[in-house]
Amino acid sequence: MNEQKVLLEIENLRKYFPVKGEKLFQKKYVQAVESVSFSIFRGETLGLVGESGCGKTTLGRTIIRLYEPTSGRIVYDGTPIYDSEQKISVDMLPYRRKMQIIFQDPSASLDPRMTVGEIVGEALDIHKLCTNKTERRERINTLLDEVGLNTEHANRFPHEFSGGQQQRVGIARALAVEPEFIVCDEPISALDVSIQSQVVNMLEDLQVEKHLTYLFIAHDISVVRHISNRIGVMYLGQMVELAESYELCSHPVHPYTQSLLSAVPIPDPDVTRARQRILLEGDIPSPLNPPTGCRFHTRCPYATERCRQEQPKLKEQSPGHFAACHLLDG
Amino acid sequence: MEENKTLLEVKDLKVSFYTPAGEVKAVNGISYSLGYNEVMGIVGESGSGKSVEAYSIIGLLQSPGKVIGGSITFEGENVLEYDAEKMRQFRGNKVSMIFQNPMTCLNPVYTIGNQLIEALMCHDKGYTKEQARARAIEMLELVGINNAEKRIDQYPHEFSGGMRQRAMIAMALICEPKLLIADEPTTALDVTIQAQILELMKDLQKKENTSIIFITHNLGVVAEICDRVSVMYAGHIVEQGPVNDIFYHPQHPYTKGLLASTPRLDEDSKERLVPIEGTPIDLLNPPKGCNFGPRCKDCMKICLREKPPFCEVGEGHISACWLHYKESKGDAAHE
Repeated sequence: MNEQKVLLEIENLRKYFPVKGEKLFQKKYVQAVESVSFSIFRGETLGLVGESGCGKTTLGRTIIRLYEPTSGRIVYDGTPIYDSEQKISVDMLPYRRKMQIIFQDPSASLDPRMTVGEIVGEALDIHKLCTNKTERRERINTLLDEVGLNTEHANRFPHEFSGGQQQRVGIARALAVEPEFIVCDEPISALDVSIQSQVVNMLEDLQVEKHLTYLFIAHDISVVRHISNRIGVMYLGQMVELAESYELCSHPVHPYTQSLLSAVPIPDPDVTRARQRILLEGDIPSPLNPPTGCRFHTRCPYATERCRQEQPKLKEQSPGHFAACHLLDG
Repeated sequence: MEENKTLLEVKDLKVSFYTPAGEVKAVNGISYSLGYNEVMGIVGESGSGKSVEAYSIIGLLQSPGKVIGGSITFEGENVLEYDAEKMRQFRGNKVSMIFQNPMTCLNPVYTIGNQLIEALMCHDKGYTKEQARARAIEMLELVGINNAEKRIDQYPHEFSGGMRQRAMIAMALICEPKLLIADEPTTALDVTIQAQILELMKDLQKKENTSIIFITHNLGVVAEICDRVSVMYAGHIVEQGPVNDIFYHPQHPYTKGLLASTPRLDEDSKERLVPIEGTPIDLLNPPKGCNFGPRCKDCMKICLREKPPFCEVGEGHISACWLHYKESKGDAAHE
């Protein structure tokens, strides 16, 4: 399929958020992302799924260093942009041209006091990509055209657009600097069903046209499966399974992935009613004090003593299929 | 059983919102009937009027919204003619509702038990306080809350999202209503929790013989829980029928479009999604003809001029589209 050239490599990435403890001067940490390692290949779409609070958004933002990582290593195209051991932490401005993000809530991520032209053009100004005004205007018009908006939309304000159109503006803004890598952070979950597919198709077209690499974060697994080449499943800050998307959906090996997939409703009455569900007990534990050992053991139907004690590592179970579970050791 | 008897009949219901910008016809003449022990799904995008319609059944429509026509008959009585006191007795007792966001619907300063017992006491079911408390605990156990005796004295913030939704369901069912309206009850929840709640609702529906109106935009959820489905678009029901017909033989272009544009987890090939082009209509200025006309792939001239009538396309399966009219009557597009 793809020439497997690694674009982005993440090693043992951690992101903790400090919170107030119960006692004075006591500090506690929300372990939002805990030792996540994986690579993203050039030209692929890597999907990231998981329940709310599993750290998928934090991971996405930490990778492009909108959040400063707590520790770990991020290598972009061969150059380390962050390394806690070697104390590397480069200036991100040149990398912002290569890595962009599309946010979940389009209306909250667009400045209500700027016109669409200004929003899209701001990135061009920051990176000094246009030498004169005509060039700038033409560039904005091309961008709007690429995402299916009209050129006259440049003079309007975000509130004059529908949700789907606002998301298109967000995409145009991300594309303005001609990036190689885009983090799509739940780009369609705020949109109506009939609009979602329009945006998904557009993202797919843009990827082919501009050779983009996506990290596609969403909680809707059906959509992620549709758009992604590979899918990573996160649970409580950790990657529990990572595989090629068809493989993951047809042969999930981690108990969490299995139950997650069985919980997704399928729009087909006969199929969905005949299906056997693996229902999980209880709720996701707090990332403030995650369970010891395997973080999933409190809800796992197959948990053993070893799972309570020892943390499983993400291991290659079959070629290209990674999972972190003791049960698979055989 | 009583399967065939009608519990609720909505006839030509019209609801408008009088906003400063003009009249918004949120619900524009919808009709359906619901039998005992039946689960009816109402599917539609945001703004299609599916929630407004449910709110008007239970008398929770807020100003500037107003029912301007039609009737809602519940067990032979017109609900719209109820006065405030009668409505209060009706609401919660015979019909109750679960909402999308359980946190905003539970009172944060009262314990869960307090709120459950209040629902019972309000409707004067002849319970003493102790009995009411016992009944509340029983309900919490029924909806799968462990340790109900301890949990009953806790506040909503001590419950997780899924538990709050369970508590909401317990509260809605405590007076044994005949009809439960569920307004996107699982939309705010994660898929694994959604699965738990859906299993619970299916279970309870069998046990308590409650009819359910299930409002959602998720076709997967509909496929799972509903017996019949109404598809709404811009204030109208465009297609209505048994769940299998809607999913396997959709007739209306909008329903077909919705199904084609939804990615499925179990599809084998990575086919390109077929989106419905365009954006939902502005209800302030609805088009003259079919509301879906401007976005429809098979739009004909008549579609832009006149509203399509309902055609029966199968047993208990109706669809409002000129295409069927053309098929059944030869070329009737001249009208």
